[in-house]
Amino acid sequence: MSKERGVLTGEHFVNGDWACAEGALAAGCRFFAGYPITPATEIAERMSKRLPEVGGVFIQMEDEIASMSAILGGSWGGVKSMTSTSGPGFSLMMENFGLGLMTETPCVVVNVQRGGPSTGLPTLVGQADMMQARWGSHGDYEVIALAPQSPQECFDLTIEAFNLSETFRMPVLVMSDEVVGHMTEKVTIPRLADIRLVERRKPTVPKESYKPFQPTEDLVPEMCNAGEGYFIHVTGLTHNEKGYPVITAEAQEKLVRRLVDKVRVNVDRIIKLEERFVDDADVIVVSYGISARTAKSAVAMARAKGLRVGFLRLITAWPFPEKQILELAHRVEAFVVPEINFGQMAREVERCAAGHALTVPVTHAGGDIHHPEKVLSVIESTLKLRVKRQVPALSAQ
Amino acid sequence: MNALLEDGTIDQETAVEQFLRMDRLPHIWCPGCGIGTAMRSTIEALLEMNIPQEDLAVVSGIGCTARTAGYLKLDSFHTTHGRAIPFATGLKLANPKLNVFVFSGDGDLFAIGGNHLIHAARRNMDIKVICVNNFIYGMTGGQVGCTTPTHSKTSTSPYGNYEPPFNLPFLAAAAGAVYVARWTTYHVRQIKRSVQEAFSKRGFCFVEVISPCPTVYGSRNGFPTGLDMMKYFKANSQTLAGADPRDVGIELGGKIKVGKFVDAERPTFQNMLSEMWGDIGLQENRMVEAE
Ligand SMILES: Cc1ncc(C[n+]2csc(CCOP(=O)(O)OP(=O)(O)O)c2C)c(N)n1
Ligand code: SF4
Repeated sequence: MSKERGVLTGEHFVNGDWACAEGALAAGCRFFAGYPITPATEIAERMSKRLPEVGGVFIQMEDEIASMSAILGGSWGGVKSMTSTSGPGFSLMMENFGLGLMTETPCVVVNVQRGGPSTGLPTLVGQADMMQARWGSHGDYEVIALAPQSPQECFDLTIEAFNLSETFRMPVLVMSDEVVGHMTEKVTIPRLADIRLVERRKPTVPKESYKPFQPTEDLVPEMCNAGEGYFIHVTGLTHNEKGYPVITAEAQEKLVRRLVDKVRVNVDRIIKLEERFVDDADVIVVSYGISARTAKSAVAMARAKGLRVGFLRLITAWPFPEKQILELAHRVEAFVVPEINFGQMAREVERCAAGHALTVPVTHAGGDIHHPEKVLSVIESTLKLRVKRQVPALSAQ
Repeated sequence: MNALLEDGTIDQETAVEQFLRMDRLPHIWCPGCGIGTAMRSTIEALLEMNIPQEDLAVVSGIGCTARTAGYLKLDSFHTTHGRAIPFATGLKLANPKLNVFVFSGDGDLFAIGGNHLIHAARRNMDIKVICVNNFIYGMTGGQVGCTTPTHSKTSTSPYGNYEPPFNLPFLAAAAGAVYVARWTTYHVRQIKRSVQEAFSKRGFCFVEVISPCPTVYGSRNGFPTGLDMMKYFKANSQTLAGADPRDVGIELGGKIKVGKFVDAERPTFQNMLSEMWGDIGLQENRMVEAE
C-alpha cells in the first residue's frame, strides 16, 4: 500500500525540486536526511511532508556532514536513502560522499546548483560544481552524475539515479540547478507498474562465505543489510573483500582499481545522451542541464539559418562520454560548449576531442542562464573559423 | 565454538570470543592501553543481556578507540572522524529493531563530532554511546584535545595545555541524554553494569570510560605505564552516584568523580515519531530480495 502512495500517478504542474522528491519516492526512497539550503530546500520540505505518508522517515540533521553520514547509515539499514543540497552543503558532504564510494553504499545526493564560490548567489543559478562532483572528495575514484534539464527529468533521473546506485552499489549524484529546480512545468508520473526499479543484489552465497566486497562479474559486490546476521565489517580504510583493513599498496591497487573500473567497464550501461542533427554537423553544441535548453534554441536558430549545427546533451555528465566525443571530433570542426561556469565540462570535451576538433567554451559566471542569441553568435563565429578546412590550405603554403 | 559447558555454566573466554573477530587479532593497541578493557566490559555486558548478536550494530568514528568496531563480530561500521553518531542515527532509523551503539574516542565524539553528539542527545535518539576518554588524540600521536586537562603536556601543548577541558557527563546531560555515567578502566564491573543499564533503556545513553593511554598521554604527564595510570584511577576515583554532572569536571592529578549521574525518562525521537504516525512502516519498506 505504501508503495502505491509513493507514486502520484498522473499529470502535475510542479517545479523541479518537487519532481525530484516525487522521483525519489517513486524509486522507493524511504529515508531522507537533509539540511535547509536554497535552492534545494523544497526537496527537503516535500520529503518531510510525503515520507510519513508512505511509512518513511524524514530527519532534518544538524548539518550536511551529518546528512550525508546519516543516509549512508540508512542505506546499510536496508532503506533507499537520499539527501539534497546546494554548493556550500555539497562542500560539507564531500568527505562522507567519499566514504560512500569507498564502502560501496548506494544512495542518492541531489545538488541543486547555485552560483559560487562560497555563499555566492544563494537564489540564482550556477553550474560550477560539475568538477567538484567529479573530484570533490579526496582520493581517486569514478562517480556517476546525472544532469536533469526539466522538472520531468528531475523526476525521471532521480529514479534513474536510485537504479544506478543500487546497480553499481555507489552514491549517485543528481546535478540539478536553480532554474531547473525552481521552474514549473508539466510532470507526468507513470503508474508504479510502468516504472523500472532496480533493487540491490542480495548475497547469493551462504552466510559464512559471504564477503561484502567480493566483486561479481561486473565488478559490483552483492550487498547484505545490517541486521541480517552476516556480521559484516565496513570501513573507509583500504580493505580486502571481507571488508577488513589492509594497509598495503597491493590492497590499495586492488580495491581502488576495482572501484574505478566498476564504472569504467560499465560506461555503456550508464551513459545516456541526447543527440540531434549530428550526422551532417560542422559544429556540435555540447551542453547539459538548463544550459542545454538554451543551447537547443540556439541550435534551432542556426538550423533555421541553414547552418549545419548539431546538438549533444549530456544526460549523464559523469562518467564523461569520452568515446562518443572522440568519435564526433573526427567528424566535426568544433564543439561549442555553453555552461554556467568558466569551462568545466568544456575541458573534458577538449580533452576527449584530443586535438581532432576545436573546443569553444561559452562561459557564464552564474546568476542567469545563457541567452540563445549569445550561444548562436559563438556558433557563428566558430563556423567562420573553418578550422579543419584551413589545415590543408595552411600546409600547402 | 560453544560457550555452554557440559555442567551448564558458561565458559567466559569462549563466550567473549564469539563477539570478537578472532581472525583480526592481534589488535593494534599498545601494552597498557585501556581501550581493550572498555571493549571487554562492553562485550561481557552484552553477553549477559542475551541480545541476539545479529540485532546489534556498532558504529565508530576514527581513532585508536574507533578501531574497536573492527574487532567486534557484529555488523560493524568504521566511518569517518567524528561522524559515527549521524551514521548510527541513519542506521537506527532505517532499521529500528537494531540495537545501535557507538564506540569511539573523546576527540572523535566531542571535538570534531561534538555537534552531532549534542544533537543526537537533544533528539533523544535511541542509540548508546560509549566514549573512551584518554584525555588525548591517541592515534595521531598525542595532541591536545577538548578533554585534555589544563596544564597537561602533549605534542601540541609542549608548555602545558592552556585551555580548560570539557566535562563530558555535564555536556551530555545538558544536551538531553537520558542516561549518563562515568567510570574508569579500573571499574570493569561498573562499566559492565552501566552498559547494561544503557542498553535496557530507550533513548540517548552516554557512558564515559576514562582510560589510560600510557604511550602518548601518560608518558608525558607522570604516568609512564598503564599500571601507573590504573593506580591513579584506583586511588583518586570517588564514586558519587547521582552527583550533579556540573560538579564532575576533571583536573590534572585531581579526583575523578565516577558513578551514574543521570537516569531519566523522556520521549525518544522514535516515540515522538510513532506518536504522530503510528509505528513507522520502515520495516515493511525495507528492501526485499530482488525479483
Ligand atoms: C577529518 C579528519 N581529521 C583528522 C583526522 C586525523 N585523526 C585520526 S584519529 C584522530 C584523533 C582521534 O582521537 P580520539 O577520538 O580521542 O581517539 P583515540 O585515538 O585517542 O582513541 C585524528 C585527529 C582524520 N582521520 N580525519
Ligand atoms: S596510543 Fe594510546 S590510546 Fe592509542 S593504542 Fe596506544 S595507548 Fe591506546
